[in-house]
Amino acid sequence: MLIIQGAVSLGLIFSLMAIGVFLSFRILKMPDLSVEGSVILGAGMAARLVSGGVNPFLATAFAMVVGCFAGLVSGVLHTKLKIPGILAGILTMVASYSVVIRIMGASNVPLLPHGPQRVVSVFTFLTDAGLSRANAIILLSLVIVIVAGALLYCFMGTEFGSAIRATGNNQQMVRAQGINTDVMIIACLMLSNGLVALAGALWAQQQGFASVDMGIGTIVVGLASVIIAEVLFRPRMFWTSLIAIVIGSIIYRLIIALALSVDFMRPTDLRLITAVIVTIALCMPLIREKCSKIFAKKGES
Amino acid sequence: MLNIENIHLTFDPGTPIEKHALNGVSLNLERGDYVTVIGGNGAGKSTLLNITAGTLFPDKGAVSVDGVNITHMPEYKRAQYLGRVFQDPRRGTATDMSIEENLALAYRRGKTRGLRWHINNKERKFYKERLATLDLGLENRLSDKVGLLSGGQRQALSLLMATLKEPKVLLLDEHTAALDPKTAKKVLELTNKIVNKYNLTTMMVTHNMRDALKNGNRLMMMYEGNIILDVKGEEKANLTVQDLLKMFETASGEEMTSDRMLLT
Repeated sequence: MLIIQGAVSLGLIFSLMAIGVFLSFRILKMPDLSVEGSVILGAGMAARLVSGGVNPFLATAFAMVVGCFAGLVSGVLHTKLKIPGILAGILTMVASYSVVIRIMGASNVPLLPHGPQRVVSVFTFLTDAGLSRANAIILLSLVIVIVAGALLYCFMGTEFGSAIRATGNNQQMVRAQGINTDVMIIACLMLSNGLVALAGALWAQQQGFASVDMGIGTIVVGLASVIIAEVLFRPRMFWTSLIAIVIGSIIYRLIIALALSVDFMRPTDLRLITAVIVTIALCMPLIREKCSKIFAKKGES
Repeated sequence: MLNIENIHLTFDPGTPIEKHALNGVSLNLERGDYVTVIGGNGAGKSTLLNITAGTLFPDKGAVSVDGVNITHMPEYKRAQYLGRVFQDPRRGTATDMSIEENLALAYRRGKTRGLRWHINNKERKFYKERLATLDLGLENRLSDKVGLLSGGQRQALSLLMATLKEPKVLLLDEHTAALDPKTAKKVLELTNKIVNKYNLTTMMVTHNMRDALKNGNRLMMMYEGNIILDVKGEEKANLTVQDLLKMFETASGEEMTSDRMLLT
């Protein structure tokens, strides 16, 4: 029960990140590694502001803005300075490490209040209302995921959102229809990194600290959720993709929790397990094809 | 309507592979002119079209549409004046999006994209009517992904998209070259139907001499970055493939041996 609770709460928080990765990888079809930086930018900004006494919701909003800025930098590097997408993301990611240490003032910031007040986070008002901490995290994360998902769905249905989706499909055609593809790419990366930073901010408040190395592997975790969602549910529409990704993110957390509960596994094996899961998920179509061939042959003989 | 003046463009200048793609090409299309442009590989016909479309920029010279100088205007900005159909059917449409979404994108050509919903019911009706004129049954498949369509259907859709919001100039870049002969004929018929109906100023680049002779009211032949033949009206209507070959030999001083121009 405890495992499931933990998996659901982390899965919900990280689904925001997975949706961010989905926006760049799948909608824009650009492997944007700056999300590795945005997650710690979001976490660091939120941790610094919350521990400095700022309202946690305001701090979380600020964290999102910083994430959007990271997306803006990647987008400008890619579109205006013509740096290949993957390299633009790496540059932003590397720079983010320095920036986040500046923001936090150290490589590790616990969410402890100055003075005698108690620890405050976005979840505090719910625990004050009588909810357990675990339930508070799940409830608030769920509300945030639903609101963010609904807003994103509506946005992608507008003329602007439609232009972003088309840009990921066929830039040549989009320009021929009078749309500035540079603007669309930058906007999509800002949106994507903003969501990832939001996930980072919630994550820091959930675990009670932010550290500069917590972002390593973000991209693979996000991708894992997206791929699990695609393999299991094969969503066709944008909104079904969003729902599938949220469920995929929770499933990913469950798999991780189960794998780590095996005796000889250590918490530090997390990233190895993640890589294995993504590899398996990625070659699922191949495995399926092979299997169906084998079964077809058996049917013949 | 379309005015091209003394365009020069050299690829890779100062290197051993330097190539003068266009050597002072000038051309003036009146409103409603439908010019077909032929020429062998490397004659400069696609380069000329790309300079008009804004995917290439000239070293010298000027391009203007309806009096507006667009020589250095970025591709996406000049798109408000131009309709374009590409050679590759996949390039003119967004594969993962539905037919109606593609049409809605095209219907807003030249407008800023805001936060209004990307399509409305009134438009849908209009798209249905226009799709019905293609006679391909697409009017009943509005929400189908474009990736499900055949090459010919996609090209017909591209054509519709290019003309949905009436362009000042329609650019056709060998838009039937990638299709099988039967489909190519059908798409060309559609092209003529649409061009005539809206009296569109059109530039069609083609490899096919017969198509160039049969369609449009004006014909241009290019050779090594120059226009070596420009005929219109009755003179053009009376031309034959043999005449074209002879004219090419006189103008270029070479025998026409070249490749695909002779085909069909």
